[in-house]
Amino acid sequence: MTTKGPLFPTAASLEELLPPLTPQEALVEATRCLMCFDAPCTHACPTHIDIPKFIKKIYTGNLRGSARTILESNLLGATCARVCPVQELCEGACVLGIDHKPISIGRLQRHAMDHVYGKAIQLFPEVKSTGKSIAVIGAGPAGLSCAGELVKLGHSVTLFERRDLAGGLSTYGIIGLREPIEVALSEVAMIQKLGVKLQTKKEIGTNLHLADLQANFQAIFLSVGLGNTSRLGIPGEELILDGLEFIEQSKLQVHKLRIGRNVVVIGAGNTAIDCATIAKRLGAERVTMIYRRTEYEMTAYPHEYEFIKGEGVAFEFLVQPIHVHAENASVKSLECLRMTLGEPDASGRPAPRPVPGSAFHLPADQVVKAIGQQKPSVASLWNLKTEKGFIQVSDRFETSLDGVYAGGDCIRARGSASTVMAVEDGKLAARAIQERLVSRG
Amino acid sequence: MADLSIDFAGIRSPNPFWLASAPPTNSGAQIHRAFEAGWGGAVWKTIGAPVLNVSNRYGAWHYGGQKMLAINNVELISDRPIDVNLREIAQVKRAWPDRALIVSAMVESKPETWHEVIRQIQDTGADGIELNYGCPHGMSERGMGSAVGQVPEYCEQITRWVMEVATIPVIVKLTPNISDIVMPARAAVAAGANALSLINTINSIIGVDLETLQITPNIGGKGGHGGYAGPAVKPIALNMLSALGRDAAVSAAKLPISGMGGISDWRDAAEFLLLGASSLQVCTAVMHYGYRIIEDLCDGLSNWMDEKGFATIPEVVGRSLSHISDFKNFDLSFRAIARIDQGKCIRCNLCYVACNDTAHQCIDLIAKDGSVVRPHSYDIRSNGREEAVETRPHVHIRENDCVGCRLCFNVCPVEDCIQMIEEPSGREHLTWERLTREQPEVAEDWDEMQKYRAKMGIEIH
Repeated sequence: MTTKGPLFPTAASLEELLPPLTPQEALVEATRCLMCFDAPCTHACPTHIDIPKFIKKIYTGNLRGSARTILESNLLGATCARVCPVQELCEGACVLGIDHKPISIGRLQRHAMDHVYGKAIQLFPEVKSTGKSIAVIGAGPAGLSCAGELVKLGHSVTLFERRDLAGGLSTYGIIGLREPIEVALSEVAMIQKLGVKLQTKKEIGTNLHLADLQANFQAIFLSVGLGNTSRLGIPGEELILDGLEFIEQSKLQVHKLRIGRNVVVIGAGNTAIDCATIAKRLGAERVTMIYRRTEYEMTAYPHEYEFIKGEGVAFEFLVQPIHVHAENASVKSLECLRMTLGEPDASGRPAPRPVPGSAFHLPADQVVKAIGQQKPSVASLWNLKTEKGFIQVSDRFETSLDGVYAGGDCIRARGSASTVMAVEDGKLAARAIQERLVSRG
Repeated sequence: MADLSIDFAGIRSPNPFWLASAPPTNSGAQIHRAFEAGWGGAVWKTIGAPVLNVSNRYGAWHYGGQKMLAINNVELISDRPIDVNLREIAQVKRAWPDRALIVSAMVESKPETWHEVIRQIQDTGADGIELNYGCPHGMSERGMGSAVGQVPEYCEQITRWVMEVATIPVIVKLTPNISDIVMPARAAVAAGANALSLINTINSIIGVDLETLQITPNIGGKGGHGGYAGPAVKPIALNMLSALGRDAAVSAAKLPISGMGGISDWRDAAEFLLLGASSLQVCTAVMHYGYRIIEDLCDGLSNWMDEKGFATIPEVVGRSLSHISDFKNFDLSFRAIARIDQGKCIRCNLCYVACNDTAHQCIDLIAKDGSVVRPHSYDIRSNGREEAVETRPHVHIRENDCVGCRLCFNVCPVEDCIQMIEEPSGREHLTWERLTREQPEVAEDWDEMQKYRAKMGIEIH
């Protein structure tokens, strides 16, 4: 007899960090919820999930109703339960946080979501077809959300995805410690079960063309995310690993991932922290994160910074890489300059300036960069108006091209990109598309 | 330190806490351990007629994550042979001369049967007897327990039989399963009982199993009413206790009352004392946490008495009874309004929704700029901790419209955040009794009432 192993075997050290709540733990936690009226947690949630309502349903043992409450506001409730920066959102706004411990909203949400996914419960009935067709391009959180919302309204939705698997960053870019890949893929399967037609390996510019899309669909939603990791433009950059690819490999092919003994991660955002976590947990002896500003300017969430310090990762602030040194194609060191902070730059943060004569070598046998992603290339291909390189959209998520909408990371010119914001974009864009379709008969 | 000892109708115990007649007092070995833990007394689980018990005999009501806010049971009186019980009672009493040992009894309603059991109990050296006229299940189907307690005439008759042979204090235990608790109490007084105790358990069905649709607890496919007890019954017990204290006939007899029904901690105990109980019995709390709770019952009560300047238990007994009255004697001119301490408010809006949906609509939500806003009025694009917290409106009570119903005070989860403030109404003290004696028309005619209100400046929105 042969037994089938898991689709994506993972390293034990990268398994989901938080265990699920036991039914008793969930009950005790749900009981603590005060059931605030017009609750601040609901306001703080970008998708405005009725949090007291879903928690009360956990308390009454109505897990199916609880899950439905979540999914009615946020179709990617299982992902968001795991990856949302709850300290900055719902839990951060919990009234009990003032002098007690806030309710563990994220973990309660996961409890309800795990129940319906574990039992393969489909919560939304099929609806009568409207005969309208919409193309959604990019099957990350924004695309899945938009496609799901539109199909719930009875439209025919085709979801095009460039890669082999749908799910976007939930599948490829969030470390398993926070969200196992199976969770992202179950959500994709649920969206497909709602009636969304998924076509993978479809990419704008190669086998997806604007004219064809406009001919076959009444509306288009772009949720293409961002491009590869930005370039540093320094000698030896070809020896630096791309942080997103590093994370992807840790999820899909962890057995093929080679980890250095002395790893340097360039960047201090949440992706950089994820890269450092993988390196440390998969056996690197030393992991150092370098950042050209200080801890006050870093973009990682405070709780992520606390987490990574606990993992034993070292930091070098006010340091900029200038040269990767290698022998026989293997990295030996990263040459850096010391920096100092000057006047605020375009981002509003103090601009780092090199300290003359401060060059030094940071020993390293592996260098990973996670310094933000390139802007979406579709903007120039389709000649869309942009804002700071991101696709520009109206209040109703419409781009400069009639009938073409966009949402998610590719429009995030302001504020920080997050899964939950992408889900909300998809949902609001679906409403705008619905209004367009209704008004045009 | 306060003296917690009591003399209850001649029964002495070092503290007022007795284990009630129930499973915790089922055997000598148990009561030994209870006395070692510090219990002042124990009422032995009812002895009497031969019985057989069933299993799945306790049901429980859990609420809000709190287990066993109430328990119900269909357990009968002691199922151990009467000889065994009598022998152990004698042994326990010999070993613990300073503790109160009372024996609960229930037998068939025949004078000779009662005479015999009373004599047997007295032979053990026990300090007193409690007549179980309260057990609402099983035994009542055989004409005992609450079948006696619910009929004052039976209650009186049997008590008379008992008093014919009793040489130690006799306590009559009353059932709450009756419309007026005072009636059986008067009967016991008339028959010459030495003391009263209340309440026994209340008839109840604890629930239905939504999976199997069976009654909880399920006794081989059947279930039924059982005796309800525990924290949830305390307000009912306090009301019945005070009803005895306020009845002229009962209080004139000056019988001591042993109070019980949901006493879980020393605060409950103090309330029972204040409403007229001079010994206290505990069951459910012990069944939940064990005999060890006696330590805080005594410690807490003693500390509270010290703080209040009470040196002995008799100084506390009945102290609050004089504050109980009837609606007709309440001051109609007394005015209290709710006031919110904004510094303590956590903005859960529970007061707002309670007042707005179910009370008198006098709380507003006020935005930062001072304007009154409707709930859920933030922009759909607004999100994040900072915006949610910073733009959250605060609750404000329109004091002129507040009727002082006290609902907001009750739902507020923060200690001392909402307080009921006494505000002068500008009207003289006036009771409904006096008003309707002097102006009977206001109680009979709405027009007259409206005229009266207009004259007095009473505005109801």
